[in-house]
Amino acid sequence: MLLDDLYRRVIMDHYKNPRNRGTLDHDVITINLNNPTCGDRITLQMQIEDGVIQSAKFDGEGCSISISSASMMTDAVKGKTVKEALEIADRFSKMMQGELQEFEYEDIEALSGVNKFPARIKCATLAWNAMKKGTTNSTSS
Amino acid sequence: MNAHQIREQFPILKQHVNGHPLVYLDSAATSQKPSSVIQAVTDYYEGYNANVHRGVHTLGSKATDAYEGARDKVAQFINAEFSSQIIFTRGATSAINLVASSYGVSVCGPGDEIVLTPMEHHSNLIPWQQLAKKTGATLKYIPLQDDGTIDLKDVEATITDQTKIVAMVYVSNVLGTINPMEQVAEIAHRHGAKLVVDGSQSTPHIAVDVQQLDCDFYALSGHKMCGPTGIGVLYGKKDLLEQMEPIEFGGEMIDHVDLFDSTWKELPWKFEGGTPLIAEAVGLSAAIDFLNDIGMDAIHQHEMQLAHYAMEKMTKMDGIEIYGPKTERSGLITFNLADVHPHDLATVVDAYGIAIRAGHHCCQPLMRWLNVSSTARASFYMYNTEDDVDRLIEGLVKAKEYFSDAIG
Repeated sequence: MLLDDLYRRVIMDHYKNPRNRGTLDHDVITINLNNPTCGDRITLQMQIEDGVIQSAKFDGEGCSISISSASMMTDAVKGKTVKEALEIADRFSKMMQGELQEFEYEDIEALSGVNKFPARIKCATLAWNAMKKGTTNSTSS
Repeated sequence: MNAHQIREQFPILKQHVNGHPLVYLDSAATSQKPSSVIQAVTDYYEGYNANVHRGVHTLGSKATDAYEGARDKVAQFINAEFSSQIIFTRGATSAINLVASSYGVSVCGPGDEIVLTPMEHHSNLIPWQQLAKKTGATLKYIPLQDDGTIDLKDVEATITDQTKIVAMVYVSNVLGTINPMEQVAEIAHRHGAKLVVDGSQSTPHIAVDVQQLDCDFYALSGHKMCGPTGIGVLYGKKDLLEQMEPIEFGGEMIDHVDLFDSTWKELPWKFEGGTPLIAEAVGLSAAIDFLNDIGMDAIHQHEMQLAHYAMEKMTKMDGIEIYGPKTERSGLITFNLADVHPHDLATVVDAYGIAIRAGHHCCQPLMRWLNVSSTARASFYMYNTEDDVDRLIEGLVKAKEYFSDAIG
């Protein structure tokens, strides 16, 4: 059924056991974002050195889609340059719009089903928007 | 009343959603429209669409009669003394903003107080925040009891002689609390304050008598009471409305215009700048006829029975938390189900054709008071039946199973 397209096992696994949940204690970039239509909120912290995202952690409240997406996003961008991370975010955004079915990260590809649930796309993109905002801040400063 | 017969009059309810017959449980967000309302709007556009209060042609007269007839209808429906106390607005939000921007600005200054409750919808919260910032007045909140009601002792303690405005929701869109407006009005008036009532969730569901409430202003929303979107009403006491300045200027609201100065029409038209909401008012008028035919007391009773039926079943579910008072409440149930986030819950039951609301319901401060980020809400109206409640309960059970399976 359609619901199984949305709630794939790997998504539930990230929801139940989110990777990189918590806070960083060293000098980091902190971004707080919320989804004003539903009340979900995320705090994303990233340590960026020489244009490379050394570590990323998140905390917040949200549904299975927003938490799992934050978990997957932080996993994917760790160790990547800001440029690479933004390219991944760009492809993620295309996948959400249904323009891209395959993704280089298997876990993240599981979120492709969200595209069929327009009301939930904002849940999936919250963490990615936080990352984009944080990296933009880091390059401009 | 027979809900099964009534729902036949709502074309939208006959459809299937995601392969299941639609169960619509989001009427607190917006109600569905009966055929008579849809037909009234169509009749207007097909038969006598014309601008009002100008021109001498036949269609213009018909449109003016219908528009002013709708005003009379609203006045009778909430028992206003005069039709001129009924101002058509874009919605309840616009109505409250009109009071804040006109009356509020003229009476509030540094040292004055505006009294609210934490259960206000953003529409009856942010206009007052803005007014306080603009005028230097202070916002004060009447605390909530653990069950989501207010205690009149706290109302007494919060309202003082410095209070200029008390703004309060009659029926909470989250908790279902029905606030004791008459008593609040009495306390406010004893201190020389004016009472603004947000009637968005009361007008569609219970008989309202603004003279008995003795409120100074009352805002209502048309689309939540079977009417079209885009129309609301501000009722006000005549002397207050007369002393208030318009906040929108242009055609329709003027008496005499010179190059350097102008004068306004009398009530209610001085507040209705521009071509008004004619089709919407005609639709609202038909909605009031529809509600009157069933009877507000019958509607309220039916919703109470449904809420009671749902409450009995829901309280038996494992891991459910229901917010708000247990008795003396309106026909909506706000809740959370353990281990299932409200968005996930709403998505799962939607797959079974059941429409419920998930989120903060435009009440972020109240969500913080409840110590949750969001909740689910099922809200009932006259077209809902016990079958709808049964389907909801089945849906909730399925969501619970689905998530416990999926999470494992």
